[in-house]
Amino acid sequence: MSDDSEPAVDPEAVSHVAGLARVDLDGDERERFAEQFADILAAFEALDEVPETDQEAQLANVMRPDEVREGLSQAAALRNAPETEDGFFKGPPVS
Amino acid sequence: MSTEYNGYVTAERVEGAEDGPLAGRTVAVKDNISTEGVRTTCGSAMLADYVPPYDATVVERLKAAGATIPGKTNMDEFGMGTTTETSAFGAVENPVAPGHVPGGSSGGSAAVVAAGDADLALGSDTGGSIRCPAAFCGVVGIKPTYGLVSRYGLVAYANSLEQIGPIAPTVEEAAELLEVIAGPDERDATTRDAREEGSDYEYAAAADGDIAGMEVGIPTELLDGADEAVVETFWDAIDDLEARGVTTHEVELPSVEHAVEAYYVIAMSEASSNLARFDGVRYGVSGGFDGNWNETFARAREEGFGDEVKRRVLLGTYALSAGYHDKYYQKAQDARAWIQADFDEALAEADVLASPTMPVPPMELGESLDDPLTMYLADANTTPVNLANLPAISVPAGETPEGLPVGLQFVGPAFGEHAVIRAGSALA
Repeated sequence: MSDDSEPAVDPEAVSHVAGLARVDLDGDERERFAEQFADILAAFEALDEVPETDQEAQLANVMRPDEVREGLSQAAALRNAPETEDGFFKGPPVS
Repeated sequence: MSTEYNGYVTAERVEGAEDGPLAGRTVAVKDNISTEGVRTTCGSAMLADYVPPYDATVVERLKAAGATIPGKTNMDEFGMGTTTETSAFGAVENPVAPGHVPGGSSGGSAAVVAAGDADLALGSDTGGSIRCPAAFCGVVGIKPTYGLVSRYGLVAYANSLEQIGPIAPTVEEAAELLEVIAGPDERDATTRDAREEGSDYEYAAAADGDIAGMEVGIPTELLDGADEAVVETFWDAIDDLEARGVTTHEVELPSVEHAVEAYYVIAMSEASSNLARFDGVRYGVSGGFDGNWNETFARAREEGFGDEVKRRVLLGTYALSAGYHDKYYQKAQDARAWIQADFDEALAEADVLASPTMPVPPMELGESLDDPLTMYLADANTTPVNLANLPAISVPAGETPEGLPVGLQFVGPAFGEHAVIRAGSALA
């Protein structure tokens, strides 16, 4: 990735990001998104004018006792799966 | 009970307890809030057949309070939109301004209340998604302080920004519904107890219209560039408030000029991570079983997601990718902190801040779909509030000469719901 301040957005760049995001796009979508992304990223350029600002983290850990509680049943957890096998989710091949 | 303006995705009644503060009233629920046994689509083809195995905390509380849920309301897909036109179940038409959008993303919720098809409704507000449709449909909407209402069971779009809140015909009714849903929840670790923040849950009592002596700050940046008819309606409403004992002063919030960019970078970044779960294995559209898992997941997401969702997932992925994180995401976080500091300062000198809720009147149906950037810019006045984690209300302020509803927004300090409810109750 470059440090260029002007984002160059062409259909190949859109394809690259779509690959990272695991979203297939057709040719029309790549063209259209490339045009729209150029406009949107140009608007985001205005963030360059924002000064560095101290950020106070208002964070606190929220804990509860580690006690066993009833969860979803296996059947309920599987109910929305497009395919199941022997009580498991069925996924595509890993490789 | 379907509606001619397409307000519901699923019109399936759920009866609540016999008694309670909401007994005898109907409360429609936005379709990104989980309802056990009733499909919850998020306005997406991806979840067209998804039936949650549990209720969201707010739905449990509605049922316990005696409410009847008449159905699940239409919305922009996963909450991503300002017009309720990105729904996979078709656009919603504004019932009080035919031919126009109802605003979004909780457009169905505002529409069913405006049309009288539900007494009340729940929406969710990530960058204005309760206040915008409330303004466009001429009803009341409250975006609570971040952490006041549990998000358990709300399908996540951008967790650090969103809150569930009420939509109602009047401020008092919205406050009553807020009383039912507010309060800490051990299943959402970001909830806080208002009583430990120097506040309480007596919201309806604050809707007394007693505004004499109230100090209202008016951020000039939120009027710049707004539609002329909107600005005129806004000042007429302010004149009305002044006649009833309110004093006003102008304030400057230079940081809010960057709110839209900061909001979209943060929201898209969070969305790209949140929506990674939709891979078609545990729920949603399956990508089949041919090829490796990257290929099948990409196919499922191509099929299940609409254009606006793809745009935001891709732009969020881009903003977080190596080499761009500092340029976009880090700067957006700086802007967020700057906006928070600006609001703190302005609210030290005022009880509430006032602005038009939306800089424009309701768009015509179809007008903004091909131009995403223009649609994003319409969120200029609502997104700063989410970035600052503050409470805000939108109340009807009047109409443009063409008869289109205009909303007025009051913003209060954190856990200062009472102040925005009191100010709003003077108008609705």
